[in-house]
Amino acid sequence: MSNKVLMKGNEAIAEAAISAGCLYFFGYPITPQTEVAEYMARRLPKVGGLCLQAESEVAAINMLMGASAAGTRAMTSSSSPGISLKSEGISYIAGCDLPCLVVNVQRGGPGLGGIQPSQQDYYQATRGVGHGDLRLIVLAPSSVQEMASLTAEAFDLADTYRMPAMLLADGALGQMMEPVDFSVFPKRELPEKTWATNGHGGARKKNIVNSLFIDPNELENSIRARYERYAKVEENEVRYEEYMTEDAEIILVAFGITARIAKSAITEARAKGVKAGLLRPITLWPFPKKRLGELADRAKAFLSVEMSMGQMVDDVRLAVNGKKPVSFFGRTGGIIPSVEEVAAEIMKLAESL
Amino acid sequence: MTTRYIFAGSGGQGIQFSGKQMAKTGMHVGKNVTFLPSYGPEMRGGTSNCTVVISDEEIGSPSVSSPDVLVAMNLPSFDKFEPKIAQGGILFCDSTLVDKKSERDDIKAYYVPATGLANENGLLGFANVILLGVIVKVTGIFDCADFEDYLLSNIPATKTALIEKNKKALEIGYGLEIE
Repeated sequence: MSNKVLMKGNEAIAEAAISAGCLYFFGYPITPQTEVAEYMARRLPKVGGLCLQAESEVAAINMLMGASAAGTRAMTSSSSPGISLKSEGISYIAGCDLPCLVVNVQRGGPGLGGIQPSQQDYYQATRGVGHGDLRLIVLAPSSVQEMASLTAEAFDLADTYRMPAMLLADGALGQMMEPVDFSVFPKRELPEKTWATNGHGGARKKNIVNSLFIDPNELENSIRARYERYAKVEENEVRYEEYMTEDAEIILVAFGITARIAKSAITEARAKGVKAGLLRPITLWPFPKKRLGELADRAKAFLSVEMSMGQMVDDVRLAVNGKKPVSFFGRTGGIIPSVEEVAAEIMKLAESL
Repeated sequence: MTTRYIFAGSGGQGIQFSGKQMAKTGMHVGKNVTFLPSYGPEMRGGTSNCTVVISDEEIGSPSVSSPDVLVAMNLPSFDKFEPKIAQGGILFCDSTLVDKKSERDDIKAYYVPATGLANENGLLGFANVILLGVIVKVTGIFDCADFEDYLLSNIPATKTALIEKNKKALEIGYGLEIE
């Protein structure tokens, strides 16, 4: 039936990137995302592209900067400790206004941590992925289908706003298999890359891609101009899914794999007569703060569920802005919360209301 | 209707293959499916397990703490997961390798000497497929012919020996008189 194939999340990212026209991949192996590179190594040479295993994460991110500066569609992928190594390069890429895709299939940290799924890099992705004033567009898939569709979308968003985008997944999404349909992705109208430092045979003035501005006024102006683009992203590109929020008194906020656990827990709570619902941010930056603010006018309480010690909960609190209580439940270090424990948390909260 | 499976055993027994085969057949017959392999420290220790969810509805959690169906192909897997089977659930056990029986009276248990049967029939390494045959028969989740089609669809037509062995193993499992 249909066009569906059963695929690993990591493979779906790679296949979606290739069908979105990505020709260059630079990476360094790390569990649990290595299948992305493996798939790229197998497929990219066959479509006229290049998959390069660099000598380190630092080398890979700088190769990506070069490929993006030349105007090509390119990406890298890694997992948590590897993204820390790439963070300097990501800041340079942001400072150079280059579009590209960085994939983080998160594992437990800090340090070398573990190899099981986590969401402990939320702060890193949405706040501090590199030095300086900068943002990444951060997309959080929740299924293997979205691993594919949001990969394609991330490239288009990056090109539209001339900035790096990140796909923030986790080890469970990377490793699990689900049916994927590759025939359903919408394509955007994209701006021409007039800024690219590619060959032109002397036909135009040379382009320069640079993140160094010694004159602070010049640097401030460049940052302000970039933040005007960021404002447009915040205005136009916020994405989220709502599940049973219409009459919900308790609203869970969860992204990625955790949002699916939350949905199952909500079904259990509803069976016991508790009106629970879910807001699932699909874009972590820009964060759906306006919608959460609206929901805070009618819901009674919020519960942020994460695979961390509580990071996104800060954004939920900022969005709810004191209107209603916001609590947190999380497991960390590579443990996926069980449906039962999330459901118990909802029941506990319901009793306290 | 949602059924949650855990397949568990030792590395090399085809645990991941079994899980994928269930998920793949589920997908082809139009159900929602998820397949979540273990890739962590337990995999590196030589044991292997995976979780499969097959459902008519959208699947929430792909990870499962209490399965409706457990397939245990070695003793550590039996010890670890048998107590977790949901009430009214089903246990399939390779009784050649697991010399224990469940003491629970709220589950149904099927003890199949799959590894022994495989060895007697020249099907070394196909105990997992024999068990798949039993599962398809007992649960009635798939039509056996459908299941066989998708089982064989991955194997290149030139590998006739492999096709024959898979077919034979599935037939043995499906044909067993079990109660």
